[in-house]
Amino acid sequence: MTINPELQGRSYPAGDSFTVGREAIRDFARAVKAGNRAHYDVEAAQALGHRDLVAPPTFAIIVAQRADAQLIADPSAGIDFTRVVHADQRFIHHRPIVAGDELVAELHVDQVRAMGGGAMITTRAEIFTVDGERTATTTSSLLVRGEEQ
Amino acid sequence: MTVQFRSLEVGQEIGSATIPITRQDLVKYAGASGDFNPIHWNQAFAMSVGLPGVIAHGMFTMGAAVQLVSDWTGDPGAVVDYQTRFTKLVIVEDTTAEPAAAGAVVEVRGVIGAINSEEKTARVDLTVMYGGQKVLVKAQAVVKLP
Repeated sequence: MTINPELQGRSYPAGDSFTVGREAIRDFARAVKAGNRAHYDVEAAQALGHRDLVAPPTFAIIVAQRADAQLIADPSAGIDFTRVVHADQRFIHHRPIVAGDELVAELHVDQVRAMGGGAMITTRAEIFTVDGERTATTTSSLLVRGEEQ
Repeated sequence: MTVQFRSLEVGQEIGSATIPITRQDLVKYAGASGDFNPIHWNQAFAMSVGLPGVIAHGMFTMGAAVQLVSDWTGDPGAVVDYQTRFTKLVIVEDTTAEPAAAGAVVEVRGVIGAINSEEKTARVDLTVMYGGQKVLVKAQAVVKLP
């Protein structure tokens, strides 16, 4: 399989929305060993000025990876999922994600670079609420290893 | 919040943390994040694709490392920007025979690397080590403080 060089500049529109539930925040917080009460206790979150439970700083990866999955599953992209390595990741929060948010992600393929027999693909997910409020911008680079790597 | 912007200085240490990791932790992270790639829980599969064993999700390590920053500010919502590069694998050993033991241990330290007085933000540079090597490179969390 080879990576389609024409991927660069391609966008995937927002798919199904993701409703951020309190239990999803609690489960994710436990999974990353986050102890802050604002992830578990609504009153503790509200005392810090949040509307509801606040998500850990990397929670948006759930929404971003669902958006990336559209690209990986796209047969015209030529990406072999078993050869993908996560090379870098960034989260920019325009405001914290809180329980009750209904989120959608628009995916942009910002860069495709040949690397040996493989390629480095940089994607950006723009995450909004269904009402159009910007919540986060995530970027990630995926290294797709070539056959001999 | 426990930290005030005006009290900060470049070079100041924000603390350190030790994170023990077991394969059960990786299964929990897979469930919570939706990332079920078998290289993070299936030894035979991991070896079949040329890995030395089961490895932690890079996103598990990134997510766990930033807790030092959330604990320090008191408000996880203060983290406005967080980035890293993933450079080394964290291999998590099978500890079935010794359930109390860690399969891997990651050490995290945080130092204030930059301050922006106009934005009232500080950049925390995280050093994240496993087996004497850096596993995250350019791990930086920017926090906005009152």
